[in-house]
Amino acid sequence: MTLHLKVEGIETYIDQFHILQGISFEAKKGEVTVLLGRNGAGKTTTLRSIMGLNPPAKGKIEFNGESISGLATYHIATKGIGYVPEDQGIFGELTVEENMKVAIKKENEETKERLDYILNLFPDLKKFWKRKGGNLSGGQKQMLSIARAYVNNNDLLLIDEPSKGLAPIVVEKVMESIQEMKSKTTIVLVEQNFIMASTIGDRFFIIDDGRTVHHGEMKELKENEHLRKQYLGIA
Amino acid sequence: MEAIINLTINGLATGMLVFLLAAGLTLIFGLMDVLNFAHGGLFAWGAYAGVWSYGQTGSFVAGIITALITGLILGLLMEKFIVTPVYGNHVQQILITLGVMIVLSEMLKVVWGPNQLSAKTPEYLSGSWEFGGVILIKYRLFIIFIGFLVFFLIYYILKNTKIGLIVRAGVINKEMVQSLGINIKRIFMLVFMVGAAMAALGGVLLGPYSGQIYAEMGMEFAILAFIVVVIGGMGSITGSLFAAILVGLSGSFMAYYVPELSLAVNMLLMAVVLIFRPQGLFGAKG
Repeated sequence: MTLHLKVEGIETYIDQFHILQGISFEAKKGEVTVLLGRNGAGKTTTLRSIMGLNPPAKGKIEFNGESISGLATYHIATKGIGYVPEDQGIFGELTVEENMKVAIKKENEETKERLDYILNLFPDLKKFWKRKGGNLSGGQKQMLSIARAYVNNNDLLLIDEPSKGLAPIVVEKVMESIQEMKSKTTIVLVEQNFIMASTIGDRFFIIDDGRTVHHGEMKELKENEHLRKQYLGIA
Repeated sequence: MEAIINLTINGLATGMLVFLLAAGLTLIFGLMDVLNFAHGGLFAWGAYAGVWSYGQTGSFVAGIITALITGLILGLLMEKFIVTPVYGNHVQQILITLGVMIVLSEMLKVVWGPNQLSAKTPEYLSGSWEFGGVILIKYRLFIIFIGFLVFFLIYYILKNTKIGLIVRAGVINKEMVQSLGINIKRIFMLVFMVGAAMAALGGVLLGPYSGQIYAEMGMEFAILAFIVVVIGGMGSITGSLFAAILVGLSGSFMAYYVPELSLAVNMLLMAVVLIFRPQGLFGAKG
């Protein structure tokens, strides 16, 4: 399988705090790679470091064989990486339609097809097309955030805790959609909800205290209760 | 009744001049999180460059174009060399832009001398119309027209164009805009330049309105513009228009009916808004 994203020994500081102290992982094409770990382990900072929002002080990040370390955030995004932040990053005063318009890089036939596809996947967005982003429910905001990242022909989606704060039925819907998108794009997922992560993930990397401490196939983690207890605190 | 109509027109005209200054300021504030205390300097430079050009060519339109170009160039230079190094640091922004404000004011004296410059109203805009005892001064109506024209132009751009959408999105969440592949720094520069050009336009329009321009006028109007931005809500053009009209009208009416309160009224307005609606009347929510 072709390697899409390769993160090698990145170290990131936020102010004086040494948050990431050596994160390494890869994401392969067509797979869902899940970053797991306790609260504050460094998962979100890892995604932000890849996007250049918290640029790493050390280490290398390669995307499709090309170094993206040190590039500006907008430049990284134009390489074909879509980002769904933990807080969803919705432009609350803009309508759903306007949120999508800001995201769309090129208005062509392909984008239209992708837009149709994502609106079929999330019919609520079509229904509330003219509603302000700030007036959507938590689940609808999450859908909008994923749709914005997906609508361009991105090779890779970085999705940060899509299930956070959502009702179980909405989580199921989001999970189904990510599973559906998996056939079209590579996904790196940060997720605390182990059931969700283990259902859609192909491979996992565990982050603890700013370091990657374990990785493998998802089925291995499903079967290894000791590992789950040790790093994730779940049986 | 005549007095009320005249005071309203005076207030609206002053409000529109302040709006031209505040509109740029509010976008720069809202989008770039930059406290630009030098914005008044751009207003004064627009006034001097425009009035000088008007005097040289005899064409008021040439004066307006000169002011706009001066604003664009100064905006570009300021954003690139003064503001960019202090993004994200309000204390440094205040110190450096206040310094630039002083330098810009003093440079006006170096280029055009320490005396006030006089500016006459172009012939086709001078004089007035009279309707049943109400005197409508043409130039004041012209300023009101330009103010509304600029407002509707900006409003249209912000509402109906991609660049406008990006600016509105950037006011709400800059980080997300960048994460969507948009070079926000370029947008910052553009907004700064347009804001500077609007301030310069306000400056040149003030020339024939007050008859004289002077180097310190920038600071005086900048204080009013800051009050307008706070009342209207940071990042909101509609808020700036509304607040500028409010400030213009209250100043005009108070100066006529309760002159002792005319200076305090704007501060009182700002205090009341801050107490009951700290984000301003039209402040954007994230």
